[in-house]
Amino acid sequence: MLRNSSRRLTASLQHQQRRLYAASAAAQPNDGIQQGVAYSKLLKRAPEEAFRTPELARMSAINSETKKMNLFQAVNDAMSIAMTTDDTAVVFGEDVSFGGVFRATSGLVEKFGRDRVFNTPLTEQGIAGFAIGMASVGHTAVAEIQFADYIFPAFDQIVNEAAKFRYRSGNQFNVGGLTIRSPCSAVGHGGHYHSQSPEAFFAHCPGLKIVTPRSPIQAKGLLLASIRDRNPVIFFEPKCLYRAAVEEVPVEDYELPLGKAEILKRGTDVTVVGYGSQIYALENAIQLAEKKMPGLSCELIDLRTILPWDVETVVESVNKTGRLVVAHEAPKSSGVGAEIASTVMENCFLRLEAPVERVCGWDTPFPLVFEKFYMPSMIRCYDAIKNVVNY
Amino acid sequence: MAQLNTMDGILYEAQRQGRISFYMTHYGEEATIGTAAALNAEDMIFGQYREAFMLVYRGFTMDEFVNQCFSNELDYGKGRQMPIHYGTKKLNFQTISSPLGTQIPQAAGAAYALKLAGKDACSICFFGEGAASEGDFHAGLNMAATLNSPTIFFCRNNGFAISTPSSEQYKGDGIASRGVGYGIDTIRVDGNDVWAVYNATKAAREIAVKEQRPILIESMTYRIGHHSTSDDSTKYRDRKEVEERAQFDNPITRLRRYLEQKQWWDQEKDDSWRKQIKQSVLQSFANAEKKKKPSLDHLFTDVYDELTPQLQRQKQELDRLIKDYPEYYPTDEFASSSSTSSSSSS
Repeated sequence: MLRNSSRRLTASLQHQQRRLYAASAAAQPNDGIQQGVAYSKLLKRAPEEAFRTPELARMSAINSETKKMNLFQAVNDAMSIAMTTDDTAVVFGEDVSFGGVFRATSGLVEKFGRDRVFNTPLTEQGIAGFAIGMASVGHTAVAEIQFADYIFPAFDQIVNEAAKFRYRSGNQFNVGGLTIRSPCSAVGHGGHYHSQSPEAFFAHCPGLKIVTPRSPIQAKGLLLASIRDRNPVIFFEPKCLYRAAVEEVPVEDYELPLGKAEILKRGTDVTVVGYGSQIYALENAIQLAEKKMPGLSCELIDLRTILPWDVETVVESVNKTGRLVVAHEAPKSSGVGAEIASTVMENCFLRLEAPVERVCGWDTPFPLVFEKFYMPSMIRCYDAIKNVVNY
Repeated sequence: MAQLNTMDGILYEAQRQGRISFYMTHYGEEATIGTAAALNAEDMIFGQYREAFMLVYRGFTMDEFVNQCFSNELDYGKGRQMPIHYGTKKLNFQTISSPLGTQIPQAAGAAYALKLAGKDACSICFFGEGAASEGDFHAGLNMAATLNSPTIFFCRNNGFAISTPSSEQYKGDGIASRGVGYGIDTIRVDGNDVWAVYNATKAAREIAVKEQRPILIESMTYRIGHHSTSDDSTKYRDRKEVEERAQFDNPITRLRRYLEQKQWWDQEKDDSWRKQIKQSVLQSFANAEKKKKPSLDHLFTDVYDELTPQLQRQKQELDRLIKDYPEYYPTDEFASSSSTSSSSSS
């Protein structure tokens, strides 16, 4: 009961959290960098911008209509399209039928009925196991784990069952129709159990795909691809972006490719890699670095898929720049950054001009009042860029 | 029942001779085959590992059993899992996995899907009384009850979970008493009486499919064999007790007496039937032993629907190692690369 009420409390504090962000923005030092998602140049705020990537360019010719959505609305739109185009698709989890504690499933019961959008008892291992069972007979199951922090009771079902289902049966059975969505990462005041980024635990598990979007356009396209992908996918949604990230999102049904990173900014001197909400800290860090070190040119890559990750794009970039900074919120030791750094070392050894820098959460539980000092913030990412450039 | 019993005897010995790596017998629990007779072919089965009777009943051939235990190139599982981890899509028998209890919420989910699809079918989920102590038991029964899944939960209470007697497994009135707490109609049956098992399952299926809700059956039996070929049960229980149970409450003997009373069976028929089964197992044995292991390609296929770039690179690395160190990586006993494999391309 305590846990559940604390979850609801967190959800109800969403608006308060936005005020907190505003307050901390006001206290920023005068470095000329407007920090935060609200000022990001990466978000597509005009309809014509929405299609300005090769991945979506073809769509604008067919139907260039867009709609202003935040991230939870984009997730909602993706699930709505998935259920419309697939009669076997269902959405379920704790508190999803009234719309979800983050509103991601609002309106779906009304559209698709209680058989296809439903609450489950409060049991994460049950939710994962039930979803696997549905997928094992060919249905599409989109299960929600209320916070990524609470995915661990389902770890056995995900790692021992979902991930190995196809392999162990010799491809007689599979759970390709399985997608587990879960809000993840820091939110300003989430403490130990409303802030975690557990992707690395799952990145060590062959058979799974792990995807995380940075924006509403990305969330819709990647979630639709995840739901339709013929492998079990864990889809981590950075909860601080649910309301903060707003874009003009194409209204059409579209997918973005899994296993492909996206180069958000071309550069020649240092490659900067991240994913999820960390992209915005990196965007600011690059702005600061390029301002303080005139002539510096950084390349920013959003990994998007954490497993299997896009080695080729990252390696190609580092072979060009000779320097790499990787950043994520999760703790440093054995985090995703370690995998990227060692792979880059294997593939770019003769081109590296500085040790790879990893900017991560410290190796502590996620703290409450110390959050600002825990985070791989703009200034820590800037510091790492400065270090690799000056090495 | 006799087929399963005979097959168990030969494969158990085969493990003792080191010809297969592992085996688990069904001794004492053969009457559970009564469940198979009470189900329809479309009903989806989720087992634990001591449910080969379902496959026997549904027509899994002796070759298919033995190929799996030998992990040869005809094994549907491509040699990846330990012996007795059977699975067959065509007979609606979900592939067995070792982690206990995981299949319980899965069966609830599969049944929910069958219901949504409007199928006249249910799922049945087998587990031992030990596995019922796992959290997944709680999750699965509670979810099936609240979401109205047509699932038959079938507990084989055989008194032991490896060495742990049921007195150390639970303090309540077995597993059946828990069903009521979840709001699930429940029955306990004599698990050594094939007709009792059949009747309970038949009624359970009717309720599950017609009324779209789960049913729990607890079948009381006794594990006469060792837990597995890696276990010596005389270390924790009295051999005499086992022998008495095998002699005085044996499901096969009980059915045989019934058949003999009806004059449908006799010693001569029994001898010839068992001889026939034995020959069939030995023939499958001889065939299976001659087959190669699956192609080494299958080390990497089916992790995903397609090989990822990372897996392609790792496969190339292994290919090079095999080429450079052939004396350390003998490949003669493996089938050559198959271009027909479903997901090796890309």
